[in-house]
Amino acid sequence: MSTEARKPPLQIALKIRRLLGGKAGWNGVAVQFAFAAVLGWIAYEIVSNARANLENQHIAAGFGFLRNNAGFDVNQTLISYTGSDTFLRVFVVGLLNTLVVSVVGIVFSTLIGFIVALCRLSPNWLVSRVGELYVELIRNLPLLFQILFWYLAVLAALPNPRQSISLFGIAFISNRGLVIPQPIGQAGLDPFLVVLAFGAVAALALRIYARRALFLRGQRIHIWPWVLGLVIGLPLVTMAVFGLPFTVELPQLKGFNFAGGARIIPEFVALTLALSTYTAAFIAEIVRAGILSVHAGQMEAGASLGLSRGTTLRLIVVPQAMRVIVPPLTNQYLNLTKNSSLAVAIGYPDLVSVFAGTSLSQTGQAIEIIAMTMGVYLLISLVTSGAMSIYGWRISRSLGA
Amino acid sequence: MTDITASSFVRQDLVAERPAPIKTTGVIGLLRTRLLNSPTNILLTIVGALLLWFTIIPSVKFLIVDAVWTGNDRAACLPENAGFAVGACWPYIQAKLPQLIYGFYPESERWRVNLALILAAALLLPLLIPRLPAKGLNSTLFFFAFPVVAFFLLHGGGISGFGVSWAAGLGELFDDSIVSAGKILVSLSKTSAIAPLLWVVGNIIVLVGTAIHWLIFPLTWLRDQIQATSQSVWLDFVITTAFVSLIAFFLGGGMRSGGRALAWSIATFVAIAVVIKLMGLDHGGLPIVGTNLWGGLLVTLVVSVTGIVTSLPIGIALALGRRASIPLIRIFSIAFIEFWRGVPLITVLFFATYMLPLFLPGNFSVDGLVRALIGIALFTGAYQAENVRGGLAAIPRGQSEAAAALGLSWWRTTSLIVLPQALRHVIPNLVNSFISLFKDTSLVSIVALFDLLGSLRASFSDPKWSTPSTAFTGFAFAGVIYFLFCFGMSRYSLFVERRLNAHRRN
Repeated sequence: MSTEARKPPLQIALKIRRLLGGKAGWNGVAVQFAFAAVLGWIAYEIVSNARANLENQHIAAGFGFLRNNAGFDVNQTLISYTGSDTFLRVFVVGLLNTLVVSVVGIVFSTLIGFIVALCRLSPNWLVSRVGELYVELIRNLPLLFQILFWYLAVLAALPNPRQSISLFGIAFISNRGLVIPQPIGQAGLDPFLVVLAFGAVAALALRIYARRALFLRGQRIHIWPWVLGLVIGLPLVTMAVFGLPFTVELPQLKGFNFAGGARIIPEFVALTLALSTYTAAFIAEIVRAGILSVHAGQMEAGASLGLSRGTTLRLIVVPQAMRVIVPPLTNQYLNLTKNSSLAVAIGYPDLVSVFAGTSLSQTGQAIEIIAMTMGVYLLISLVTSGAMSIYGWRISRSLGA
Repeated sequence: MTDITASSFVRQDLVAERPAPIKTTGVIGLLRTRLLNSPTNILLTIVGALLLWFTIIPSVKFLIVDAVWTGNDRAACLPENAGFAVGACWPYIQAKLPQLIYGFYPESERWRVNLALILAAALLLPLLIPRLPAKGLNSTLFFFAFPVVAFFLLHGGGISGFGVSWAAGLGELFDDSIVSAGKILVSLSKTSAIAPLLWVVGNIIVLVGTAIHWLIFPLTWLRDQIQATSQSVWLDFVITTAFVSLIAFFLGGGMRSGGRALAWSIATFVAIAVVIKLMGLDHGGLPIVGTNLWGGLLVTLVVSVTGIVTSLPIGIALALGRRASIPLIRIFSIAFIEFWRGVPLITVLFFATYMLPLFLPGNFSVDGLVRALIGIALFTGAYQAENVRGGLAAIPRGQSEAAAALGLSWWRTTSLIVLPQALRHVIPNLVNSFISLFKDTSLVSIVALFDLLGSLRASFSDPKWSTPSTAFTGFAFAGVIYFLFCFGMSRYSLFVERRLNAHRRN
């Protein structure tokens, strides 16, 4: 008696039409052909013009120039670099400098941003007004303006090294930059680092074990004495056995400049200051919006369950706020990384400054150099947005389950 | 009953007054409830007050109390001469004001800049006030007519032809490019492995090129005839007017209902004629002021207004493309948007300055300002596309389905039903993008254009005014200008947002 449901007709022609032309069908295919023809024509014009222009300027296309000697110096390098190194090494040096200023900027901007957000949410009227003033002032001034302000006005007005401003006698700030103490590795460094890494891994494993015990068996294990012993006690014991891991070299004024310590160039100081204060204003707004987005009833519900205020915040409010905060926060980190390219205005040797600036003017390989520079930033932002969509997918999955 | 009367109690004297409730309004209330209600709060208040004390007081002291207001050169602003610790050096701003506003624009021609700014303000302000009528006409004037007028006003120069000549020139350029591409393919076919295919394709392209050549031949012939006469601009203008008006007449419905379109078309052309006559565009126009002489606030405003005007259509087109179902157009839009959003603006400006000239024909040089404008338009367009897409996504499907049920085509559905609603939704976001565009215009100073910030930086190096407080004074002045513009725009966007969400307020 049972009748099987009839299969729908195959409609191969319809499916092909959909695939090729979308909802517009064969019209869509025609539009695509016209569009492709226009794109092809533009591409042809670009290629033929570029070839003719390069021929006129006697520039050989291709990436061969990367193996040539750069012949100019860079005033901040993380890896060893001299003027006789290749342009490829200049590229790496610039990229590393960009990453350093971005990472330092991200750390500081997050710190300042959270503090300002807490200020703005504070029940104290004056403090919330101060936070609002900060956000409005910083957000309504161009970033380049702020970078130049720190660099040309504030840092340039600082005294010379002999009269430099001392920060507790360990760091000195002057118009030549910031001098900070430099740690110098000693014999005990290697075992110290190994033990520290071991302690960190063991503490993480312990935490995972404790959480599993809590969730599966409802058993609470206090792990903090163990963690303290692993992360602090064990390295201290190692230090007692193997000797100090490093000594700190304090900067000292000798003649007209400082000897010892590590010098941070003023460009870096100005760029980091401007980037972190600027991005912090945006982060503050994001954090504020995130915390406000959690309904007040959540806090009350936590209290009615008998949780303390801190526990409610930690277990109920913050996880929900983070879901709102993280995507735009990542966006701001990305913006900060892209904005670090403004370094070129004050001569901090980042990727754009040394590669798209100095190297471009020396070699004239505009197409290759700008394509590489844009490619780096594009890669960073595509990877980040990819990671973000995975995060969003996980969030939506955990909400759906 | 007697029990009750016996136990009843009637109070004889007044109850003592209760103390008034603690005041929670006014300054005292504010102090009590929001500033000093707990030890932590008292501590926070002190910290906040200290912060303000150490920022506001020195700023006011620097800007007003200790400032020097008159003088002719740096001598007036040196502490030795003034006799006190000198704050802001305002005579420096007075001396540099023309440079900060006009750049090196010739002094005798500055009325043109002022006129353009007044025109912009006169067109923009009514557009921003929601109560005023004729938004359509107003926005058409601001977005289409004003840029053209402003170009001839600020840059100067005239026109040598009109519609016919331009169409003929463009056609010839396109035709030449096609024919040369075909010829290259044919010549390649002598060496390539897929020779026959290349030969066939090349010849087909050449054939198409030749066909186009004969297709546009009447146009080029007409252009040559017009150029030979003495009143070429006006003849060209009249022919273009007649041609376009006829087309408008027939597209508008011919004898039945085309009169309206015809009237609009003729009115538009009459307005164009008046502008041409007034500005003398038919015989050279105003003296040319090259963009290398432009600078200061003028460049900042030109770049931001051009960016705003050009990025919106680009953004709308890309947003529609991204939602289209036609695969190639969707993929292209996604790639285009993600590319421009993924790179920093400064690399875009480098691209526009160093790479774009390589992509154009050798005899075709593009002005430095225009190159930066192209870069900024593409960059901002990608950002606007995402804003517009957000608005498009917010329109329920039922709207376009209802339009389809009424028998409207895709174009009409989009332009009459979907887009107007979508754009209304995203006005605050668009304005926020404009704010960041306005701030980002400062980046053009890196590619050797002297906008407000660039002019300011250039003015620092003038030895006549080099004092310890020059840099701070300059930054204070430019900062106030930037802040006023950005803050004004952000307040406006808040106002619009509140207006749009009026029905949601409770």
